[in-house]
Amino acid sequence: MQGHVTPTKTYLTIFGALMICTILTVFVRLNLGIKSFAVAIAIALVKATLVILYFMHVKYSHILSKAAVVTSILFLLILLVLVSMDYVSRSWQPRATPWEKHQVLE
Amino acid sequence: MSDHSTTVDHVHGHAHGHDPHVAHHFDNAQQQYESGNLGMWLFLITEVMFFGGMFGAYAVYRTWYPDAFEFASTATNIPLGAANTVVLIISSLTMALAVQASQLGQQKKLVTMILLTMLFGSIFLGVKAFEYSEKYHHGHIPGPNFVWHGEGGREVQILFCLYFAMTGMHAVHMVVGLGIMTWLLITAMKGKYSPEYYNPVEITGLYWHFVDIVWIFLFPLLYLI
Repeated sequence: MQGHVTPTKTYLTIFGALMICTILTVFVRLNLGIKSFAVAIAIALVKATLVILYFMHVKYSHILSKAAVVTSILFLLILLVLVSMDYVSRSWQPRATPWEKHQVLE
Repeated sequence: MSDHSTTVDHVHGHAHGHDPHVAHHFDNAQQQYESGNLGMWLFLITEVMFFGGMFGAYAVYRTWYPDAFEFASTATNIPLGAANTVVLIISSLTMALAVQASQLGQQKKLVTMILLTMLFGSIFLGVKAFEYSEKYHHGHIPGPNFVWHGEGGREVQILFCLYFAMTGMHAVHMVVGLGIMTWLLITAMKGKYSPEYYNPVEITGLYWHFVDIVWIFLFPLLYLI
C-alpha cells in the first residue's frame, strides 16, 4: 500500500459538503439574480478545493505533487491576470492614429 | 506486502527477487507510485492551462459585454445544469470509492464503483446532448442561422460560442475519460489491481476529478450568469 486510505465517512462528508454548496449556489442565484456572480465563483472555489484536497488526495500526497498543484494555480493566475490587465486598460487611452493620417494632416 | 511479493516471485521464479509490480527503473513501489502521481499532475497542469485559455477568453468578453451576459441569462437551463453538476459530483464520489476499494483489495467493490462512475458519466453526457438539441431547436447555434429575439443578439452570439467551445471541450474530456474507464474496467475485472499495485486506478481518478473540477467552474460561468 503506497498511498493514504481515506475512510468512507470522510468521502461521504466531502460529498455532502459539495452537495450543500451546489444547492446554496443555485439558491443564491435564484434569489439575488445575476448579482450573485461573485458568490457563485467563491462557492466554486470552495468546491474545487474540497475535490483537490480530499477526492484527489492532495492533502496526503508527496510534497512534489503538492508543488505541482500550486504551480498550476500560479500559472493560471499569471495567464488570467495579465490578459485581463491588457483588456481592461485598453479603454484608458484613445486609440493611436495610424501614422499615414498624421502624414496627410501635416 | 513483502510476504505477498515473495510468494509471487517464488511462483514465477523471478530472477531479480523484487516486487513484480515495480518496473526495473524504480527503486521500490513507493517511488513508482509517487512518480506516477507526479507525472499525472504535470499532465494536469497542461490541462489547467488548456482550459485556462478559454476561461481567459470568457473573462475578456464578460468585461467587454457585461450586458450581453445579462440578456443571455434567460436562455440558460439552470435546473439541467444543476442536475448535471450533482450527477458529476456523484460520479466523483464513486470514483474516489473505486480508488479506496483498490487500495483495500476489494475486487467486487472496485468493479462496481468503476461501473457506477461510467454510468453517471454517461448520464451527464446524455443530459448534455439533450441541452445541445434544445439549443439547436431554439436557434442558439452561433453562425448565419443564429436566432435571438431579445436585445444584444450579436454579443449574445459570442457567449454561445464560448458556451459551445467550453462545454464541448469538457464533453470531449468526458468521452476520453469514459474510454479510459472502459480500459480500467476490463483490467480490473481481470484482477490486475491489488493493494500492492493500484496506480492506474488512482491516476484515472485524478483525471476524472479534474474534469469534475472544470465543470464545477463551468456551471456558475455558463449557467448561473
